[in-house]
Order: sequence, then structure tokens, then C-alpha cells
Amino acid sequence: MDPALRPSLDEVWHWLAEVPDPEIPVISLTDLGIIRNVAWRDDTLVVTVTPTYSGCPATTIINLDIETALAEKGLSKVKLERQLSPAWTTDWISAEGREKLRDYGIAPPIDGTAADGVLMKRVDRLSGRSNLTIACPRCGSTNTEKISQFGSTPCKASYRCTNCLEPFDYFKCI
Amino acid sequence: MATAALETAVDQAALLEFLLRIGDNALILGHRVSEWCGHSPALEEDIALANTALDLIGQTQLWLGLAGEVEGKGRSADDLAYLRDGYDFRNILLVERPNGDFGKTLMRQFLFDAWHYLLLKALKGSTETRIAEIAEKAFKEVSYHLDRSRDLVIRLGDGTAESHRRMQEALDDLWPYTGEMFAADAVDAALVEAGIIPEPQSLKAGWDEIVAEALAEGTLKKSADGYMHKGGRRGVHTEHLGFILSEMQFLQRAYPGATW
Repeated sequence: MDPALRPSLDEVWHWLAEVPDPEIPVISLTDLGIIRNVAWRDDTLVVTVTPTYSGCPATTIINLDIETALAEKGLSKVKLERQLSPAWTTDWISAEGREKLRDYGIAPPIDGTAADGVLMKRVDRLSGRSNLTIACPRCGSTNTEKISQFGSTPCKASYRCTNCLEPFDYFKCI
Repeated sequence: MATAALETAVDQAALLEFLLRIGDNALILGHRVSEWCGHSPALEEDIALANTALDLIGQTQLWLGLAGEVEGKGRSADDLAYLRDGYDFRNILLVERPNGDFGKTLMRQFLFDAWHYLLLKALKGSTETRIAEIAEKAFKEVSYHLDRSRDLVIRLGDGTAESHRRMQEALDDLWPYTGEMFAADAVDAALVEAGIIPEPQSLKAGWDEIVAEALAEGTLKKSADGYMHKGGRRGVHTEHLGFILSEMQFLQRAYPGATW
């Protein structure tokens, strides 16, 4: 692509901010924090993406969605690169993304609690036994209980509100 | 110069062997656990088992993908998973044990998770950065696996008389397959020397601690250390692996090279 005609990187980030996550379409790929870098390498736009979970089936769809979205903006030479380290953490989900998750009925991960090697104890403290901080996304009550650490997608756990009795998804911290 | 080149070649062969071992563990256990899909005692457990299997298959793609890269013969993770026969697989015998009942599946998962967790934790510090990066990713997922399998082993152990009996049986049945996790050979020695992997035996104390704590809390009695079955790490498997492969590789065997 002629350097003079290239969109600015800010513009590219803006476009990527409009690409929804295929499994949780209320948040975008940039809200999720999985786009790690965008850069020009000669005439190719290189987008660096990090997976949420290594087996997440959405990964290939995400790559396809990025290519499609950028192709629609006239960028045909796009290269996607996978970056494993630093490993994705839910701490990278934007503040705006967290609010969107809550509105959608998914309790967002608690900020700053991502895995650090003492997960077992922390998960007990934060979610399993005390449930002090995981609020029901529907009624706001903190009287919630864990049903399962796993849920409908790799990134979610299943919870239930003991006030309004609604089951809900919790975006677990990693 | 010639000696240096030779040393590098030896390291690469050892590296490939290690990657097949860790990748095949994830692949075979992932496949075993996926056999539960649609058959678990409760919906939440079905989802949890399927998620665990998915994580392990995802990690397999990373490990075997790197194995193919190191091997340098153009084989992909899929090629390695679908186009090898039993004697080429390097997983430990524990992960090919049949599922048995739900308790036995969970006990196998717990014994493996506790080791897997410690191994990945150590591999995060590997001098081979590609290994360290995969370990960093997998470690987070495996922390969740351990958290869950440990919790269920305790709850079922300290549950009803029937669940307790089954968990104790599962433990006694699986215990002779745990020794292979800490076995070491020349491949391990070469990689330990290069700072690529931890000394297998160095994980034993931590594993003993995690296991002993959970068993005590679950009112289960640790099995006596006796004869330990080994062989998977050098391609000598039990008859169970063949049945797994016949199902897992069916499509590629029936329709070689099929893609979609």
C-alpha cells in the first residue's frame, strides 16, 4: 500500500474497536484486550493477537473477523501474528468493556485479581466460599453462590444470585 | 565447530522428545476427558469436563505445534496427533487409563493436575523461551483444573459412604501409575542440564504435599508406594491407547488427508 494512502494506526485501532467478540458480541476485541499491537511492516499491516484461552474455539473466528473488517476498509495485505507472552489476563478488559458485560448479564471479572500462582486460595477467598465481591448483574446483590467454576464458554463460570434467584455467568479471572 | 553442531542436534532431538511427551499427555487426557461429553452426572459437571478437555486440546496445539517446528520436517500439530501410531506416542500411562466412573475420572484428573500445575510453574522459567511462553499460558488454565479436581476429590472422599468407597478404590487403582510422572532418563538429563526443564524428581515433594493435604481433608488414605508402571514415555503403552487412537484417528485413517 502506498505509504501516503495508509490509514493512521489510530484509525486502525478505531476500526478494530468496532469488531465484536464472536461469543460475547456486546464487547469488542479491543475491550477484551486481546489486540496487543498494530504496526506496519513494509506494505503489510501486522496485527498481533493473543488468545484468551489456548483452546478457545473463537480464536479462528476472531482472526477471520479481523481480516474481514480490515478488508472492508480497503486493507488487503494484513498479517495476523499470535503472541502468547505476556499471557492474556482479564485485567486487560477495559473499564468500558466491564460495564458492557454487566449490562449484558455477565458479572465482569474483579479488577486486579488475575492469576498469579496462588489461584486456589484466592479463588476460595474471592469467589468460592465468601462471595463478598461478585455482585449479581441483574439485581446488584452480593448474596451470590458459585454453581461451577466452568460455564458456557471457557472464560466464564456459573453463579446464582440467592436474592433474585437468577443464575448468571461470571467472567472468571485469569 | 563440528562438535558444537552435534551438540545442538542432540539438544533438538531431546527437545522434540520432551515436547511430544508433554503434548501427548495433554492430547490423550484431553481426549479421554472429552469422552464424558453428554454423559456426566450433572449438566454443570458435563460443562466443566468439556471445558477442561478443551483447554488440554488447546495446549496440545501449542505443544505439538512447537514439536513440529523443532522437528523441522513440516509436520503440523494435526499431523502429529492424527498420523502417528501408538508406539510414537509419548504420554504417561496414567492419562490413557479408562475413565471408569465419575470419581475415578476426577481422581485421575487430580493426580495429574497437581503434577501438571507444578511442572508448568517450573517451565515458566525455562531457558527455552518458546516453552516458557506456552507454560505461562497453560499454567493459568491448569490452576483452574487443579482447583476443581482437588475440590471434588475432597467432597467425594468426605461425602457418602458410597462416594468415599469409590474414591478410595480409584486412588488405590491409579496410584501405581503416578511414579512415571517423576521418572527421568537421558532426555530429561540433557534438558535439565540446559535449564530447559526442571529435574522431574524435584516436583515430587510439592506434589506429595498437595496430594497429602487433599487426601487428608477428603478422609482418604494414601496408597502404599509399591510397583510403579512405566513405559508410555518411551512409547510402550497399555492396550487402552490403541482404542483411543482408533476413535480419535478414525477420520484420517478412513479418509487420509481429509480436510474441511
